[in-house]
Amino acid sequence: MPPDRARAVRLTTGIVLLLALLSAAAFMTVGARGSWSFVLAHRGIRLAALITVAYAIALSTVLFQTLTGNRILTPAVMGFDALFLLLQTLLVAALGGAGAGAIDGRLLFAGECLAMVGLSGLLFRLLFRGEGRNLPLVVLAGLLFGALFRSLSSFLQRVMDPNDFLVLQGRAFASFNVVDPALIGVAALLSLAVTAMLLPRLAELDVLTLGRDGATGLGVDAARLSTLIFALVAVLVSASTALVGPTTFFGLLVANLAYLLVPSARHADVLPVAVGLAVITLTGGQMLLERLLGFGTALSIVIDFVGGITFLLILFRTGRR
Amino acid sequence: MIEIDRVSKRYGEATVVDDVSLTIPAGGVVAIVGPNGAGKSTLLSIVGRLVRADAGRVRVDGLDVATTPGRELARRLSVMRQENHVAARLTVRDLVAFGRFPHNRGRPSRDDAGRVAEAIAFVGLTAEADRFLDQLSGGQRQRAFVAMTLAQDADYALFDEPLNNLDIHHAVALMRLFRRMGDQPGKTVVIVLHDLNVAATYADRVVVLKDGRVAGDGPPAEVIDERLLSDVFRVDGEVLELGGRRVITVAR
Repeated sequence: MPPDRARAVRLTTGIVLLLALLSAAAFMTVGARGSWSFVLAHRGIRLAALITVAYAIALSTVLFQTLTGNRILTPAVMGFDALFLLLQTLLVAALGGAGAGAIDGRLLFAGECLAMVGLSGLLFRLLFRGEGRNLPLVVLAGLLFGALFRSLSSFLQRVMDPNDFLVLQGRAFASFNVVDPALIGVAALLSLAVTAMLLPRLAELDVLTLGRDGATGLGVDAARLSTLIFALVAVLVSASTALVGPTTFFGLLVANLAYLLVPSARHADVLPVAVGLAVITLTGGQMLLERLLGFGTALSIVIDFVGGITFLLILFRTGRR
Repeated sequence: MIEIDRVSKRYGEATVVDDVSLTIPAGGVVAIVGPNGAGKSTLLSIVGRLVRADAGRVRVDGLDVATTPGRELARRLSVMRQENHVAARLTVRDLVAFGRFPHNRGRPSRDDAGRVAEAIAFVGLTAEADRFLDQLSGGQRQRAFVAMTLAQDADYALFDEPLNNLDIHHAVALMRLFRRMGDQPGKTVVIVLHDLNVAATYADRVVVLKDGRVAGDGPPAEVIDERLLSDVFRVDGEVLELGGRRVITVAR
């Protein structure tokens, strides 16, 4: 890489990470009243949740897009978080509210994660099998799968026992405002574990941007690497969905912004910026909405609005080329 | 030496490569020709271990391509496919630098940077080295991918229809480049080609495929004749001898 481009990458990364830090600090302090120890502890938990989610979503989106060789599809667009919700609903429906409530939340989460890895792996095989994969078809199939999973969940929720439904509601309807504190630690640990597995493979991931054949030609075991990365993506999606629920266009937004800002295609350069942007959007956005706009609307709605428009813009631009 | 031993590949009901056995000795330029759907690209992909054969074996310098670790193979064998779409925004230099991956596993040394620059110069893209691939013309992009396989510096280089999208000037430049590659000691270039005239002009040896089988194999002067045109390509034409080279003209 020429030195001026390397400098531009460093500068962008520095600015984004600094802004992320500032947003996080603002989230912790702006509009605080009363006892600082209470405020900081209370907000600290939520900050940890937001950062974990930002991290998981940014990472999973960029990885997924490298894997599928495009910049429109994200795990969320493909309905993977809807799949996670369906899993949770199925579980409560099968065990009953009392049964599901009796199991340790973290154990349950681990089980759900595993099921998620298996099921989404199946879905991935189904959609991306063969050589002549057709992007518009895959987008369409993904959106349909998402709708299917969501309808199945809501159908089950309608026919289930009201008591079970309450248990499910407590578990599954997380949002940026309400996070389950017990899960934050697990989700953060999972994200760190994923990172540890990822770091030694960043260079191979870069090669994977050339596609499966290109990577194979350069001596990367593309099939094995893809399977591993896909499992990691499934774990990250589980972690973020368990914490704050589905976020359809958030990943798409931060990943594409990162591609736009970073003048390099290396994952080591793109990933930190994507994570930084995700942290800025979540903590900064949540702070603005809560403190300045007085909970006027939900952050996920704003993000999906902006992200949805970005999605359409990218779709139109790719279509024209 | 590339040994192809009774290789077959089926897609559903269609047998694309049908029990092909072929030995390609080291050195020189080998062209694989044949009508559309003859299995040329599939055969090349099997040799380049991008596609798994249903039956048979391919060995490169004695290494079975299906079982040898990818990294070891990547230092002996490079392969460039017909379609090279990259979603990421890469510069020419980024792309060509990937060719060094089998040697440095993503940790480029000073030597690697020099080889990358050399490869870029070899295909005449030095002025475009820091431009993004999506800012290049089709022909320039094609040459950038060729430069990547050059940087990979494998003993066997496979190219699947590399002349697609190229005008005659760039096609000739690229074929000369392949000729130079094949003339280096110990380097073998295998190219799938459409144009028989190009094959006759630049290749040391021509392998003809038809319906997944080998229908001809030998130096251009022996293989390319009127019978080949009518039997394999189903066109009437004449093969002329011009300055010691075979030239094909087709009937109007």
